[in-house]
Amino acid sequence: MASTDVARQPDNGVRPLSLAGHVGFDSLPDQLVNKSTYQGFCFNILCIGETGIGKSTLMDTLFNTNFENFESSHFEPQVKLRAQTYDLQESNVRLRLTVVNTVGFGDQMNKQESYQPVVDYIDRQFESYLQEELKIKRSLHNYHDSRVHACLYFISPSGHSLKSLDLVTMKKLDSKVNIIPVIAKADTISKSELHKFKIKIMSELVSNGVQIYQFPLDDETVAKVNTTMNGHLPFAVVGSTEEVSVGNKMVKARQYPWGVVQVENENHCDFIKLREMLICVNMEDLREQTHTRHYELYRRCKLEEMGFKDTDPECKPVSLQQTYEAKRQEFLVELQKREDEMRQMFVQRVKEKEAELKEAERELQSRFEQLKRLHADEKAALEEKKRLLDDDQSSFGKRRAAAQLLQAQSLTANGKKDKDRKNSGFM
Amino acid sequence: MSESAKPHHPIPQAKGEKSHGNDFSYVGIDAILEQMRRKAMKQGFELNIMVVGQSGLGKSTLMNTLFKSKVSRKSAQPNPEERIPKTIEIKSISHDIEEKGVRMKLTVIDTPGFGDQINNENCWQPIMKFINDQYETYLQEEININRKKRIPDSRVHCCIYFIPATGHCLRPLDVEFMRRLSKVVNIVPVIAKADTLTLEERDFFKQTIREELRANGIDVYPQKEFDEDAEDRIINDKIREMIPFAVVGSDQEYQVNGKKILGRKTKWGTIEVENIAHCEFAYLRDLLIRTHMQNIKDITGSIHYETYRVRRLNESNEQQQQQPRIVQANGVAAQHEALTHEM
Repeated sequence: MASTDVARQPDNGVRPLSLAGHVGFDSLPDQLVNKSTYQGFCFNILCIGETGIGKSTLMDTLFNTNFENFESSHFEPQVKLRAQTYDLQESNVRLRLTVVNTVGFGDQMNKQESYQPVVDYIDRQFESYLQEELKIKRSLHNYHDSRVHACLYFISPSGHSLKSLDLVTMKKLDSKVNIIPVIAKADTISKSELHKFKIKIMSELVSNGVQIYQFPLDDETVAKVNTTMNGHLPFAVVGSTEEVSVGNKMVKARQYPWGVVQVENENHCDFIKLREMLICVNMEDLREQTHTRHYELYRRCKLEEMGFKDTDPECKPVSLQQTYEAKRQEFLVELQKREDEMRQMFVQRVKEKEAELKEAERELQSRFEQLKRLHADEKAALEEKKRLLDDDQSSFGKRRAAAQLLQAQSLTANGKKDKDRKNSGFM
Repeated sequence: MSESAKPHHPIPQAKGEKSHGNDFSYVGIDAILEQMRRKAMKQGFELNIMVVGQSGLGKSTLMNTLFKSKVSRKSAQPNPEERIPKTIEIKSISHDIEEKGVRMKLTVIDTPGFGDQINNENCWQPIMKFINDQYETYLQEEININRKKRIPDSRVHCCIYFIPATGHCLRPLDVEFMRRLSKVVNIVPVIAKADTLTLEERDFFKQTIREELRANGIDVYPQKEFDEDAEDRIINDKIREMIPFAVVGSDQEYQVNGKKILGRKTKWGTIEVENIAHCEFAYLRDLLIRTHMQNIKDITGSIHYETYRVRRLNESNEQQQQQPRIVQANGVAAQHEALTHEM
């Protein structure tokens, strides 16, 4: 409901009334703020940029602390995201800040899928919020909101134009997150080049239809400063955690042989503007846009994808519950069907295997029979041979016996002859 | 594609002053309070108060006194034929009020006919149904796919229950009503027309009421179980010592000691409504409006509404399990039946 709905509109049944005295509900914003302070705030920033472009240094400079960072190598096979959560406090405000850095972005030879891990990460955060919201017993006010509220896209200070990787990535992300492009390492560009560079970038973004985050103009107190800042996009930033003495003060700066680039000097870079816009003026709006626009879009798409509708074909409002139940029934039926199928398949396989095994057994049996027959044949042949041999042996034995007999007979016959001769000889 | 979230590294932060730019340690995180305040002022607030009590207890007058304007119209005396109302009506009137730039949509829900019938059994049912209907509307909008940016909040945040100043104890009607409704809405009991009680009578009456509430297990606002921390508990304990507030309402101004104040003029004196020596209206006003309004809305939204939601979603679950594959029309009707069931 936009703010005008609560305004004086006598036609929708709400009458404006003037108060005769001090009632006291002007303390309501204070009550609200006190409660929020008690609960603490949370803010999640995603930094996308090539390795070594200065993401971690800029975060350190922005939040005035040393987030424990370590340098990443240039040889990552895939883009990864590293998220770290910190608890910061300033006066009585507690902030839970999550900084997500891309690791290895732009380092691969083939950068076609570089944007995918980022998109997946953002979607995952939306998904877990959606899951929490759809739970029956939920605790939304205790839930640690991890959805990405702001995305700082670091543009290389080439001075010419955006890289195609930049355009493709930003195009994929512009409907999911608030994109704030920044020109990194702005101390390498001269003022005139910077001006042309900024114009070129903005025109390229517009001509490619990339929707970057526009600072909101509907609140009069900040409309003016926001309009000015919108004209300075993208911010050219320099980050540094080292301090150099300038004049009689210590300032955050980068010292070169030819001079000192002061981070917080508006003439040198747009760091102050970035800090103003990101933190001091529009942090709440960034969170709100994430919740009411990007998250709602994700939720709508996700639910429609799952098949939910607000009205069924007869244009009667369908309750989410009913659709959910119907889907659940469908899903259970599907599960059952699949289970049956699997069971059938299993039975089938078992049968097949059984048949196979039977076949193998039969084959074995037949082979055994065959072998047995062969064996029997051989045995018979051998038996035959043996018999023959035996016959031979016995016939030989007989012949030998016969020969011996003959020999014996001939011997006695000879002896007799001899005897006869002898006998005859005497006479 | 891996990520590691290392939670809470409390890093000591230099506490910056509010001077921009000159102080290096200033980041500007605390500016979010200001941003939040601006957003709240722009959006405006909504508050829905229900007043329940027999006719003639001064409900409308009290509302008018609380908000210093004619938010309720006093009911006209019905004709003799209409004197016995057949049913309890629920009348809801909204107003836009503004104070110092803070805009609020105030809805006062009146329940004429409550407790006026001869047979008052089940007099809480229409009221319970109304409250549950508001929760239902909000739930339906919340589970829509295309939902509004800001769901219009018509849920009853606070129910002021008027106890007639008999001086003895609570009546069965009071006990029944409060027992049932304290589970779904924040109840603030008040002793109406307290100018008929002397101070001693008032204290005795209040003590009796508190004991009866305790004995019946009735948890009125501020509920003990929702105290957030020790500080809260101290403040709320003080309030719990004082409820029910003995109030007197008036929308007429009189001159007392040179000042114009709201009061009731009688032959024996003028009762000043906002004087804490006379009645406890100021405490009620401070509780409801100046200090605990946000807390009341939060408890409604995060506890009562969530309880309703859990119950409702579980109900539909069970229903669908018992009658699977039910025709849509039947399913809707069955759910409606479950809704009108009293707790």
